[in-house]
Amino acid sequence: MAALVGRLGNGDLKGLIARNGIFIAFVVFMIAFGIGVDRFLTFQNLENVVKTTAIIGVIALGVTVVVLSGNLDLSVGSMLSFGTVMVVDLHDKIGPGAGILVMMIAVLALGAVNGLLIGFLRLNSLIVTLGMLSAIQGLTLIYSGGKNVDIDPSTQDTTWFRVFGRGEIAGVDMPIIIFFALAVVIGMIVAYTPYGRRVYAVGGNPTAAVFSGIRRNRVVFSTYLVSAFCVGIASIILGSRVMGSQNTVGQGYELLVLAGVILGGTSLLGGSGSILKTVIGVLILGFIQNGLLLLGYPFFAQWIVTWVVIILAVWLDVAAKRGRLLSPIA
Amino acid sequence: MTEPNPTLRLKGIVKTFPGVRALDGVDFDVRPGEVHALMGENGAGKSTLMKILAGVYHPDEGQIFIDDRPVVIRSPIEAKEHGITLIHQELSLAEEMSVAENIFLGELPRKKWGFVDWKTLDERVGTILQKLNADWGPRTRIGSLSIAKQQMCEIARALTHSAKIVVFDEPTASLTDAEKVVLFDVIEDLKAEGVGIVYISHRMEEIFKITDRISVLRDGSYRGTLNTRETDEDEITQMMIGRSLELHRRNIEHAEEGEEVLSVEGLSCGRLFQDVSFTVKAGEIVGFYGLVGAGRTEMAETLFGLRRPTAGKIRLAGEEVHIGSPSEAIEKGISLVPENRKEQGLVLGMNCRDNITLPQIDDLTAGPFVANGAEVAIYDMYRDRLQIKAPTWRTLVGSLSGGNQQKIVIGKWLSMKPRLLIVDEPTRGIDVGSKSEIHKLLRELAHQGYAIIVVSSEMPEVLHVSDRIIAMHNGRITRTFSADAVTEEDLIQAISGLTSDKAA
Ligand SMILES: Nc1ncnc2c1ncn2[C@@H]1O[C@H](COP(=O)(O)OP(=O)(O)OP(=O)(O)O)[C@@H](O)[C@H]1O
Ligand SMILES: [Mg+2]
Repeated sequence: MAALVGRLGNGDLKGLIARNGIFIAFVVFMIAFGIGVDRFLTFQNLENVVKTTAIIGVIALGVTVVVLSGNLDLSVGSMLSFGTVMVVDLHDKIGPGAGILVMMIAVLALGAVNGLLIGFLRLNSLIVTLGMLSAIQGLTLIYSGGKNVDIDPSTQDTTWFRVFGRGEIAGVDMPIIIFFALAVVIGMIVAYTPYGRRVYAVGGNPTAAVFSGIRRNRVVFSTYLVSAFCVGIASIILGSRVMGSQNTVGQGYELLVLAGVILGGTSLLGGSGSILKTVIGVLILGFIQNGLLLLGYPFFAQWIVTWVVIILAVWLDVAAKRGRLLSPIA
Repeated sequence: MTEPNPTLRLKGIVKTFPGVRALDGVDFDVRPGEVHALMGENGAGKSTLMKILAGVYHPDEGQIFIDDRPVVIRSPIEAKEHGITLIHQELSLAEEMSVAENIFLGELPRKKWGFVDWKTLDERVGTILQKLNADWGPRTRIGSLSIAKQQMCEIARALTHSAKIVVFDEPTASLTDAEKVVLFDVIEDLKAEGVGIVYISHRMEEIFKITDRISVLRDGSYRGTLNTRETDEDEITQMMIGRSLELHRRNIEHAEEGEEVLSVEGLSCGRLFQDVSFTVKAGEIVGFYGLVGAGRTEMAETLFGLRRPTAGKIRLAGEEVHIGSPSEAIEKGISLVPENRKEQGLVLGMNCRDNITLPQIDDLTAGPFVANGAEVAIYDMYRDRLQIKAPTWRTLVGSLSGGNQQKIVIGKWLSMKPRLLIVDEPTRGIDVGSKSEIHKLLRELAHQGYAIIVVSSEMPEVLHVSDRIIAMHNGRITRTFSADAVTEEDLIQAISGLTSDKAA
């Protein structure tokens, strides 16, 4: 908010809209749906939307860091199913605490593989993480033998593991609290620490970053650990909420996450964007889907509308930058 | 009136960017067959004016007339249709494509079915390259050429169209003397064909050599036009910056020589340079002079950990060191102001402050966070010292004028307070006033005990700042001069490989 107010000082209205387009779009959108759709602006509904968005949101936080440094991570969806299957399966076998620990280590190891290949071997991140997407699916199948896993129904109401997906503090659902807390922490790291500055520099101009003494390989490597860490947290929330999992969980999430990141306005080219933008991006995505549901559209309509919204967002973004809607070059 | 009617006339051009009034009612005209210089300090608005002419930007107010007819130029393509060609200050070539493809980008000759007619293309490009004395062919990949050669390709691009107006925005910033001669020939040819030429440069000697009239901008406003024959450097400088400068005094007041900071022995890096040995003491500036391609930049990059030497020793303060990466070099107190600001020096999408503090960001912390106050203090200090013109520290570096971008790079590395400062072409694209400021600053730093290496292709510059000058040719040191005993002829001979230390 401070950044928003601070910027009001200079520039004309047009510049203001161009810079804060996504905030304005968000407000307009909420008002329009609030007027048009009953039940949309009830506290109950809003809380519900944020809660369902939390999983996508938590993953998007990590992916934002990867994208800021100029790369992609498409392996998060299958990593999520791997993580939930593992944490749920281990719950009864070795206990929730040890299960979480082992799962986190395993997921971080997968992130490290991404990071090594992309950071140190300089392989293309699209290819590497797309490959990881299917490799991890394979891993999950091997692990679970293709069977659904769940937590023993008799302990579901008593295990402390339930707190992550089903608990609440002062009436606010736990997934929401985790999402926002993590957003604040990662947001601060990205915006205000030397590490964050390096991520932006590597994404903005890798050569100049190297010339400035930044160890580019390490920075890229680390972003995949951040991404994997966030997937691990999301796995805990999801496993705890559902108390079970299967290998199709998380399918297609990589695109939803990326959609939220782009919608927020973080550049796929790297070097520009923010965590705050991503939070708003995923929330808009969540509210659009919810609004359509309330309007009675079938769930697959959401996918098409989501696509249209993303294209519009990307288009308006480039249009604002070049000052006109159509490309100046014929 | 005997003067021919101007081909191009700009009247009352106004252009504002957020926070800056870049142009404030500028008038400018170009006659057929004249070379018209556009001068002014860094950020005065020269490039902006020319980009308006080329359809890159749109003026807020004002009119453009071509052959006395008012025109509106909405895009670079329209500009081309009006016969206007702009050779940008910053290179805009596609690295992965061949020379020929770049030169004819978007209008490649076609055969039936739309296939590219490579043979015709090669022929046409070959003729143009020949005219430019180029020693590379149409099929060479652009990215493999030096900056200077890429620049020549950019110029070649302009020659493919029958242009009425050709704008050169600091074309010589990275050209060698030999290449400059070729460029000036090309300009003469264009002139003889009746083309109007706009020439932007910060180098007085060029301006007085090739231009007919000089127009001056200052802080976005028009200060007047003079006939080159009827004016001199002093008057122009006065118009540009409001005071005169002592430009020609050799200001070598030797600092007290201290300990040896750097000693290099038999350093080689493959075929790039061989058997380079020299020392730099604290308080001393060593100038490296040579033609582009003599291996000076590569040598500097090796000292900064960007390249692995294949032989030889590097000693810092007497102790042998291995410098494996830039971060190791920085730890050891070495700074390098790189040759190419856009690619190596700056993150264009970051603001001014963040660019300056980038290499030392780890040391500017309060708790886990970056200390905002300390950062801004560093920025403010170097903004004042180098007279950087930017609306605020929040301004993105990419929107600064070329010269001000260069000052940001210099500020970035000066603020590291290195033991050994290496600067590669430090004043490329910098206006006369700031150039003498930077030279003064380098001398001042030497007096404070810094050891400094200046790599430059500009003879006045090396002569101006160095205590000792090392001439390189083809990857080898040919001769070393002390600044008191050097003549221009000696230097020219040494860098063209005509003499060597043994002969001397
Ligand atoms: N795209 C832009 N956005 C914002 N400000 C800009 C932009 N382009 C130029 N400016 C500003 O306009 C002013 C004039 O810049 P311009 O590039 O025309 O200067 P110049 O005379 O060419 O300087 P130099 O000699 O350093 O190349 C500068 O203050 C610059 O920061
Ligand atoms: Mg310029």
